[in-house]
Amino acid sequence: MSKGRFGIHGGQYIPETLMNAVLELEEAYNHYKNDPQFNRELTELLNEYAGRPSRLYYAEHMTKDLGGAKVYLKREDLNHTGSHKINNVLGQVLLAKKMGKTRVIAETGAGQHGVATATAAALMGMECEIFMGEEDTRRQALNVYRMRLLGAKVNPVTSGTATLKDAVSETMREWTSRIEDTHYVLGSVMGPHPFPTIVRDFQAVISREIKAQMLEKEGKLPDVVMACVGGGSNAIGTFYHFIEEKNVQLIGCEAAGRGVNTAETAATISTGKLGIFHGMKSYFCQDEYGQIAPVYSISAGLDYPGIGPEHAHLYDTGRAQYVPVTDTEAVEAFEYLSRTEGIIPAIESAHAVAYARKLVPTMKKDQIVVITISGRGDKDCAAIARYRGEDIYE
Amino acid sequence: MSSQIAEVFKKGKAFIPFITCGDPSLEVTEKLVYAMEEAGAGLIELGIPFSDPTAEGPVIQAANVRALSGGVTTDLIFDMVERIRKNTSIPMVFMTYANVVFSYGTERFIKRAAGLGMDGLILPDVPFEEKEEFAQVCSSYGLDFISLIAPTSHERIRMIAKEAQGFVYCVSSLGVTGVRSSITTDVDSMIRLVKEEKDIPCAVGFGISTPEQAKEMAASADGVIVGSAIVKLCEKYKEDCVSQVKAYVKSMVEAIGYDGADESV
Repeated sequence: MSKGRFGIHGGQYIPETLMNAVLELEEAYNHYKNDPQFNRELTELLNEYAGRPSRLYYAEHMTKDLGGAKVYLKREDLNHTGSHKINNVLGQVLLAKKMGKTRVIAETGAGQHGVATATAAALMGMECEIFMGEEDTRRQALNVYRMRLLGAKVNPVTSGTATLKDAVSETMREWTSRIEDTHYVLGSVMGPHPFPTIVRDFQAVISREIKAQMLEKEGKLPDVVMACVGGGSNAIGTFYHFIEEKNVQLIGCEAAGRGVNTAETAATISTGKLGIFHGMKSYFCQDEYGQIAPVYSISAGLDYPGIGPEHAHLYDTGRAQYVPVTDTEAVEAFEYLSRTEGIIPAIESAHAVAYARKLVPTMKKDQIVVITISGRGDKDCAAIARYRGEDIYE
Repeated sequence: MSSQIAEVFKKGKAFIPFITCGDPSLEVTEKLVYAMEEAGAGLIELGIPFSDPTAEGPVIQAANVRALSGGVTTDLIFDMVERIRKNTSIPMVFMTYANVVFSYGTERFIKRAAGLGMDGLILPDVPFEEKEEFAQVCSSYGLDFISLIAPTSHERIRMIAKEAQGFVYCVSSLGVTGVRSSITTDVDSMIRLVKEEKDIPCAVGFGISTPEQAKEMAASADGVIVGSAIVKLCEKYKEDCVSQVKAYVKSMVEAIGYDGADESV
């Protein structure tokens, strides 16, 4: 079996044209991940530019209100550019620069990863092109402007359903046409090996910090760590350093859209089956003939028909648990956290908050839950207002 | 080596047309197969549509969408092949994406395809490193699993050629499928590397649309593959595309001098 496997998942299911590019990337990554100079530069960027370490905040009001376990929030929303995406992007763009690449390309759904990539490209002097579903460029017009402001070219993607999966397909197509000077900054723990490993390693800073911060604040590890899952980058970052800590429960919250019993869902573990797509073997929402399903969620960032291969493996082995959360539950949690703690979470992150509201009251007071708030919710305010029947536009 | 595919290239330079099954309908696809055979095609690539064909350019992407919107499924395509095989034995290969085969059940798919008289399988998203799970099953049912090489393959060409079956699909250009005004890749060197490793036919595809390009490619290649230019005709003429495609295939076959013309091997 090929490289980059997580159990039966993962692999490198890509056109031959891209094989040398991913092999070159793997070789470069294996070299630089152990290079002290590279790691010094990356740490400097993460700390001085992105604002790490991010806070582990004790959510006292939420804890009191729910009346069960103690709740902590891992504040990735406070990072520069407003989400965890910057962790991976700084790592990959720095790596691309070391590899002698002069141009980066990336897909984006809601625009968080696109904005982060455009930011890193601006900082490190790289040419940047972002591929975004045409549908999403309309829904997130402000982020399109933001990327342009940062010097990136934004290409609207009109193929397929004109959303995130099509943006990924189109970025892959672009990469096959221009490999020599171009690095594809994949935004999640998905795609062909070595991307799921590289992105996971760059996001693992989240759980490394949670562990140290928790030991400092409470003198013990949490009982539960949880995060929302689309492709799964902030979730794997939240889980990674706890995978070997068998007493820590790992929970990923999937976007169920209008419910797992409807066709309008993006809950891959609940409704998908094993398949091969976008370079990897994993679980995908698809029909009986393997045609990829047009998924739906209120959250553009979780609106993806697959899940990263390492999550698929953690699910297979029972090490992590994946639960569906509907649009309605996520919107209520979005409003709940805003009012209770004065923190407006990204609608993606609100999926994790929503499940915590069910779980925490069933736990004991001496137990601890950590929820990763993967991003801030400013970008979602207009959409949530519309969901509630208020006609606000950015 | 199992197949009829090797036999195709013994007759001379082969023209290999690609069509997307069910574009505009499976009835027309069936007629296209007969017409392309009459026009002198050596081998036919039947595309099974996929919702997200990442190696295709806009023309074939759109054909996939049209075919799927028309209700085409893998089973209906198998039924069509069953009808076709009552009328012709022209060598045919399926070209589709890994998930179409995998979700059907890899063994179930390959067994069915072989049983219906298909000769090979091309999966552009399955490179050398991942081919085992498909190639082994193909070989046990007598289907050739076709390998691709690309302009970026360089030192990988020997490794790929060594285990290639049927013919080697030489991708002429970077990027996705689609018509190109010129092809700048040194296809000759790619083919030479393959032949140094293994005596196997090499067919060139991606970007070829004109008889002049086909003739140029056929100087060093054993076959020329054309997809997008034909699919464009299907898109433009719909139900009336058969005679158009037939005339086009004939012009390409003549350009590469297949079947007894003076430039054939």
